[in-house]
Amino acid sequence: MNLFQIISEIEKVDPEVYDRLDSRRSIFKHMTGLGQKLSAAALPLAVGAIFNKVYAQTPMNASVNDVLNFALSLEYLESYFYNAGQASAPLQLGLSTTNKAALEIIRVDESNHVTFLRGVLGAAAITPPTTATFDYTGGKGTGAGPFADVFINPATYLAVAQSLEDTGVRAYKGGAPLLMSNKTVLTAALNIHSVEARHASRLRTMRRGGANNNAASQGVPAAPYNAAPKSWISGTDNGGASPAQTAPIYGAGNNTNAPTGVTFDAESNTTQGGANLTTLPNTTGFPASAFSEAFDEALDVTTVKAIARTFVVNGSTFLA
Amino acid sequence: MSDNLQPRGSDDASFAQPLYTPIKRRSFFMYAGATAGATALVLAGCSKDSDPVVTNNLIDVGSGDTGVLNYAYALEQLEAGFYTALRDGSYYKGLGANSAEKLILDDLYYHEVIHREFFKAAITSGRINDSLKPDFSKVDFSSRTSVLGTAKAFEDLGVAAYNGAGQYITSPLYLTLAGKIVSVEARHAAIIRDLVKEGDFVGNDIVTLTSANASASAGGAAPSGSSVERSMTPTEVVNVANGFLAEGSKLNVSGLK
Repeated sequence: MNLFQIISEIEKVDPEVYDRLDSRRSIFKHMTGLGQKLSAAALPLAVGAIFNKVYAQTPMNASVNDVLNFALSLEYLESYFYNAGQASAPLQLGLSTTNKAALEIIRVDESNHVTFLRGVLGAAAITPPTTATFDYTGGKGTGAGPFADVFINPATYLAVAQSLEDTGVRAYKGGAPLLMSNKTVLTAALNIHSVEARHASRLRTMRRGGANNNAASQGVPAAPYNAAPKSWISGTDNGGASPAQTAPIYGAGNNTNAPTGVTFDAESNTTQGGANLTTLPNTTGFPASAFSEAFDEALDVTTVKAIARTFVVNGSTFLA
Repeated sequence: MSDNLQPRGSDDASFAQPLYTPIKRRSFFMYAGATAGATALVLAGCSKDSDPVVTNNLIDVGSGDTGVLNYAYALEQLEAGFYTALRDGSYYKGLGANSAEKLILDDLYYHEVIHREFFKAAITSGRINDSLKPDFSKVDFSSRTSVLGTAKAFEDLGVAAYNGAGQYITSPLYLTLAGKIVSVEARHAAIIRDLVKEGDFVGNDIVTLTSANASASAGGAAPSGSSVERSMTPTEVVNVANGFLAEGSKLNVSGLK
C-alpha cells in the first residue's frame, strides 16, 4: 500500500487534505521516508489514525463545557433582558394582560435555563456577568443605540426579544453536534432548544397581533413578514425586525470548522441534505415561502457571538 | 459501503484498491462529508441496518440512523395526513379566507407535506412504507375543538419525539437536519396551543416548570423549575402514534436504542 499515493488521490478530490491533516503541511508532503520506517502491518493503523484526525476530530476542538458555557452566556443575555423589561413600568403599561403573562413565562424560563446550565456545569460554569455587561439598546454601552426606546416602547421591546430568541434557536441548533459525545447533555440541550423555538413563535405572534392585543395569536400575518411576522421564518425574514441590525440573524454563517457534512446556510435555504425542496413531489402550488419556512437553519458559534455582542458593552470580554 | 473502507487483514490490495476506483472514492467522501461538492445525500446508503420488515403486523422502522430517519418519516406521514384530511373537513372549509387560523393551518399543511416528501426523497435505502394508512376516526373534522386539539397533540408529540430520538443519531448532518425540523415543529406547537388557549405556548404539561421531568429520555434528571421540554422515548411516542395508525401501519420502534 502506498500511503502517499492514497493521499495524492484524495488531494484530487479534496484539495485541502493537507490542511486537514495538519496545518504544517510540509510534514506530510515531505515525510516520504516515514513509510519505509513503518512495518507493513502497522500501516493500516497509521492510515486509520490519520483519517480519524482528518475527518472525525471534534470541530473547533470545543469541549462539551465550552459549548455549555457558550449557551449559558446567551441565556444570561436573554434572562437579564426580560428581567429589565419586567422592571420597566412604562413598558408594562403598553402590554396587554395576556402578553404580560406570556413575557413573564418567558422570563422565568430563561432564568431557569441559567440555573439549570449552571447546575450541569458545576464548578466549570463561567462567572455570572453583571447587568452592566449588557446594553440592550445596541449602543454597546452608550445606552443610545438603534433600540434606544427598548424598555419604553413595546414594539421595540418585542422586536429585540424576537431577535434574541431567533438567534438562540439557531445557536443551539449549531451547537448540538458538538455535544454528541454526551447523550445526556445533548438531550438536555435539545430540550432547551425547542423551548426557545416556542418563545420565538409566541413573540412573533405578539408582534403581528400588537402588544396591546390580548388575542395575539389571531393577528393575521402579511408580507413583508418582518413587519407582520409569521410564527416561522420566511426566507431571510426581510432582514428581521430591524434589518440594519438584525439581518445577520437570518443570514448565512461561517462554515469554517463546521461539523462533518453541516453547512450554515441563510434561513432562506431551500436545499436540505442535497434535496431541492422546491421540486419535491406533491408540492405543486405551494407558496415559495413554505420551502424555507419548513426548515430552520443552524448558525456557528463565531457568527452568533458577533450578533450577541451587539448588546454587550465595549471593553467587556463577555462572549468575546 | 463502509465495508469497502475497512482494512481487512494485511492484504494491501484489498484495502487500497477501492480508493482507486472513482465511484468508490466518491462514495467515501460522501460518507466523510468532507467535500461540499458531493452533495447528493444518500441517507441510508452507508448503513448496515437491516431493511424494514413487517412482523406481528407491525412495521419495524429498523435501527441506527436509518431507523431514526424512518421513525421521523412515519411521524411526518401521520402529520401530513392529518393536515390533508383537515382541509376536507367542514371546520377548515368554514374559516374566513384571510383569517389567521386558515393561514396558519395552510402553512402547517405545506410544512408537513414538505417534511414528508423530504424524508421520502432522502431515505434512499431501507425506507419504510410510503403509504402508511392513518386512522383519524377519533377526530371530528367539523369541530374546532377536535381539530385544534388533535393538531396540538400531534405537534407536541412531534417535538417530544425528535428531542427524544436525537441521542440515537450518529451523524452530525442528520442531527442538524432533525434540529432544523424540530424547531419548526416547536413553532407550530406554540401557535396551535395559543389558538386553543391564548398564552399557553409553554405549559407545565410539556415543560418542566413546576414538576420534574416525567420521561425517561429527557436527560433523566431535569428537575422542576428547569424549563426544559419533556422529550419522549420512541416507545412512548408510538404508544400514542399507533392510536392514529390503521392496522398494518402501526409501528415497531424496538430497534431504536
